[in-house]
Amino acid sequence: MVSLQINGEVRTVDAPPDMPLLWVLRDILGLTGTKFGCGIAQCGACTVHVNGAPVRSCLLPIGSVGDRAVTTIEGIGASAVGARVQKAWLDLEVVQCGYCQSGQIMSATALLNSTAHPEDSDIDAAMAGNICRCGTYVRIRAAIKHAAQT
Amino acid sequence: MYVSASQEATPTLAAALTRRGFLQAGLAAGGALVVGFQLPLAQSAQPEKPGFAPNAFIRIDVHGKVTLIMPQVEMGQGIYTAIAMILAEELDADFSQVALEAAPPNDKLYGNPIFGIQVTGNSNSVRSFWLPLRKAAAGARAVLVQAAAQQWKVEPDGIRTENGQAIYDADARRIDYGALVDRARELTPPKDPQLKDVKDFKLIGNPLKRMDTPDKVNGKTVYGIDVMPPGVKFATLAACPVFGGTVERVDDAKARALPGVRQVIVLKDFVAVVGDHMWAAKQGLAALNITWNEGSNSAISSDDVWKKLRAASDKEGAVANSVGDAAKALTQGDKLEAAYEMPFLAHATMEPMNCTVHVTPTSCEVWVGSQVLSRVQATAARVTGLPLDKVTTHNLLIGGGFGRRLEVDMVDSAVQIAQQVDGPVKVVWTREEDIQHDLYRPVYRDALSATVANGRIVAWKHRITGSSVIARWLPPAFQKGIDIDAIDSAADIPYDIPNLRVEYVRAEPPAVPTGFWRGVGPNNNVFAIESFMDELAKKSNKDPVNFRRDMLDKSPRLKAALELAAVKAGWGNPLPARTGRGIALQVAFGSFIATVAEAEVDASGEVRVHRLVSAVDTGIVVNPDTVVAQLQGGLIFGLTAALYGKITIAKGRVQQSNFNDYRMLRINETPQIEVHLIKSGEAPGGIGETGATAAPPALGNAIFAATGIRLRRLPIDRDVLSGKKPS
Repeated sequence: MVSLQINGEVRTVDAPPDMPLLWVLRDILGLTGTKFGCGIAQCGACTVHVNGAPVRSCLLPIGSVGDRAVTTIEGIGASAVGARVQKAWLDLEVVQCGYCQSGQIMSATALLNSTAHPEDSDIDAAMAGNICRCGTYVRIRAAIKHAAQT
Repeated sequence: MYVSASQEATPTLAAALTRRGFLQAGLAAGGALVVGFQLPLAQSAQPEKPGFAPNAFIRIDVHGKVTLIMPQVEMGQGIYTAIAMILAEELDADFSQVALEAAPPNDKLYGNPIFGIQVTGNSNSVRSFWLPLRKAAAGARAVLVQAAAQQWKVEPDGIRTENGQAIYDADARRIDYGALVDRARELTPPKDPQLKDVKDFKLIGNPLKRMDTPDKVNGKTVYGIDVMPPGVKFATLAACPVFGGTVERVDDAKARALPGVRQVIVLKDFVAVVGDHMWAAKQGLAALNITWNEGSNSAISSDDVWKKLRAASDKEGAVANSVGDAAKALTQGDKLEAAYEMPFLAHATMEPMNCTVHVTPTSCEVWVGSQVLSRVQATAARVTGLPLDKVTTHNLLIGGGFGRRLEVDMVDSAVQIAQQVDGPVKVVWTREEDIQHDLYRPVYRDALSATVANGRIVAWKHRITGSSVIARWLPPAFQKGIDIDAIDSAADIPYDIPNLRVEYVRAEPPAVPTGFWRGVGPNNNVFAIESFMDELAKKSNKDPVNFRRDMLDKSPRLKAALELAAVKAGWGNPLPARTGRGIALQVAFGSFIATVAEAEVDASGEVRVHRLVSAVDTGIVVNPDTVVAQLQGGLIFGLTAALYGKITIAKGRVQQSNFNDYRMLRINETPQIEVHLIKSGEAPGGIGETGATAAPPALGNAIFAATGIRLRRLPIDRDVLSGKKPS
C-alpha cells in the first residue's frame, strides 16, 4: 500500500511502488483529467504538479513521490493562479480537441507560479515539452500573457 | 472534393415517422415540437435516391429548450457551436437554450441513403447543414408564429420573433416558445419558409464561445479513453510489427506471473494483455515472448515503395479533366517538367487509439470516440455475430480525429478482446502501437509539365499517382479509375489555362494500409501545383504573386485573397539574407485561401519559420473565432508535416515509434500567424482541412526564395539545404 497526497487529500492505493503516477491517477483513482499521450515524457499530456513543480506523471513511480503534494488538473482551479490560467484559456478560446490542455494548463500554471510576467523565451522554455496536435500554440502563448496581466 | 448538392428539404412533423424510428432517435419525450429534415451526408458521388427521409431533428420542449439531434460529432473543430448558431439564428431562439445531441448510430435515420454512412469529415459539416437546417428552423419558427396567432386571435403577419419568444408589438404581448409547443405540434410547417436575409443575421458572424470548452480546462470532459464502466479491466495490445503478419506462438509465463496481470489473449494477428490497470497490461505485454509469422511483407522497404510508385507514375492515367489540346500544346514553346513526392504520414492524434467494450452472450456495448458511429456498430455486430439492435454504442468526445477516427480497426480488435473477457474491458494502444499500426496518408508522386509564353501558362499536364483511399473506404464512389479525393483541387485548378490535362493513376503501396489524413487530396495536389507555379514564375522571370494574379481572372475570390495576403505580408519588402517569402493559393472545400510564409534557412540547413499570413474567403462565416482557430491550427499541422513528417518502412515495419522520432512542431518553433477573413455573402465553405494544405507549399516557396534551392519532396531535407546533398 502506498499513501499519496493528491489535491489536498490523502489517498492510499494498493499498487506497486514502481507504478507510474499517471496510471494510479487514471485507472485506480479515476482522476482521468490527467492524460496519457506517449508514455516516454515527450508530449506533456500527463503533466501534474509535485510540490508545485511540473512533472510528467507517466514516468514518475509512485514510490518516489513520498509525502510531497500532488496536484492534478482536477485540483488546480483551487489555486488563484490555476483558476486564472483556466479562465484565460476560456477567455481566449484556446481549446480545440482539448486532450492536451490539461497538461498545457498544468505547465502554464507552474510557469506563472515561478515567473509572474514571463517573456516569450520563458514561455518557450516552460511550454516546449507540451505537444498540441490541433496546433493551439498561438493562443496558448497569448493566454499565458493574458493570465499574467489579470 | 465537394459534397453533393443540398437536397430540397421539406420540413415535416415527425409524426410522419414510425414510432420505432422515433424511439431510436431519442425523440419520444412527450409534449415537444419536433421538426425533421434531411441532410445530404458527405462523400456521395452519386445523387441520392428520391424520397424524403429525415436524418436530423429539431426538438423544442414545453420549457423552451431547443435540441438539435444530428449525426455529426465534435472533435475540436467547434462544429456543435457553429451548428447551434445557425439553428438559433433562423429560429430566433434564445441561444442559451440551444443544445446539441449526437445521434445514436442508425443507418436508416442518419445515414446516406445509398452508402449508409454516418460520417463527420471532409470539412463538410457546416456546408451540409447550411440550407437544410435553416429551412427546418425557419419552418419551426413559422409554426410557432402561427400558434401564437391562433392563441391571440391575431394575424401572423403582425407577429415577430426574438430570443425564444413570439411578440405582438401592437399590444406588446409576448409569449415563450415553450408555451406555444402544444399548439404548434398540431400544425404543419410551410414547404418553403422565408429565410432571413443575410443582413439581418444577429448571431451568425459573431465570435461566440464554444459550448464544449469549459469542461476541457478542468479535466471533466470524458473522452473515449476516460470511460470507466463499473468493473472495467484494462488491456493493451501488440499487432505483428510487419504489416500482414500473424502470431506464431507466445510464451506468456513471465507475464502471467506479474501482479495485476489477469489474462493473456492470443488472436490471429495480435496479442493482448488484460490487467487491473494499464500499467499491469503494459508490463505484461513487455514480458511476453512473442514469435511472429512475418508473412510475405517482411522484406518490404521504403525503396520498394518508391520504385513501385515511380514506375506506376510512368503510365498513362485515367483522365480527370481535359481542356483544349494539352498534348499538342506541350510540344510547342518553353517547357518545364518536374515531379513532386509526398511521404507516408501517421495521424498521431493526442488521444491514442482506444475502445472500451463489454460483450455478453446476448449483447455488446461499445464506448469510443468515432467519426463513423454506424460503422462502429456494424463492426461490433460482425465480430460478435449479434444483430445490430443488440449492439449499443456510446460516442465520446474525440481527442483528435484528423481522419484516423474514420476507421474502425481499433473497434474490431477491442471487440475481439472483449469476447474473451468477463465484464467490460478498455483497450488502449500504446503510442508506439498507434504510430506503427496507423492507416497512413499515402505516398504520392505528382508529375507536372507545362509550357509558358509571354508570362502565361499555355499548356499544363498533371499526373497524380498514389493509393486510392476512396476505393477502399467507399468503393461505390470509385468510378472509372478516378479517385475523387485524390484529384481534388487539381482537376479544378483555379488558374486560367487554355490547354489542360489532369490524370490519376491508382497505385497501391506494397503492404502499407492508407487512410484519410487532415487536408486529404488537396494537401498533395496543392503542394505540387503551387511549387510548380513558383518554378514556372521563375522560368518566366515574373514575380510569383504577379504570375499567379495574371491567370486568376476567372477566380475573383481567389484573386482577392491573393492580393490581401500579399499586402498584409508586406510582399516585396526587403528581408535579411537567407530569409524569403513564399506564396501558395488554394481552392479547396469551398474556401479560397492565399498564404504567405516567411522563413529563414541557416547554413546548417535548419529552417525557422518566422511568420504565416493567410487571407481567407470561406463565404459567410458562422463563427469567425472558430474559423481563425482552425486556420491557425491547420497551418501548424501542415508545418509539422513539411518540417518533420515522414513514416518510413524497413523489413516490412514502420521505423518510427513515438514523438521522439515522429516529431511534432512545438510552441518554441511556432511562427507568428495572422489570419485575415474576407467578408463574403456566398454560402459557407469548409475550413477544418484547409490550413494543413496551405502551409507546406508556402514554406517550400519561401525556402526557395531564401536559398534558391527547390525542394520537390517532403519533408524538407536539411542536408540538401546545407549543401551536404545535391538538390
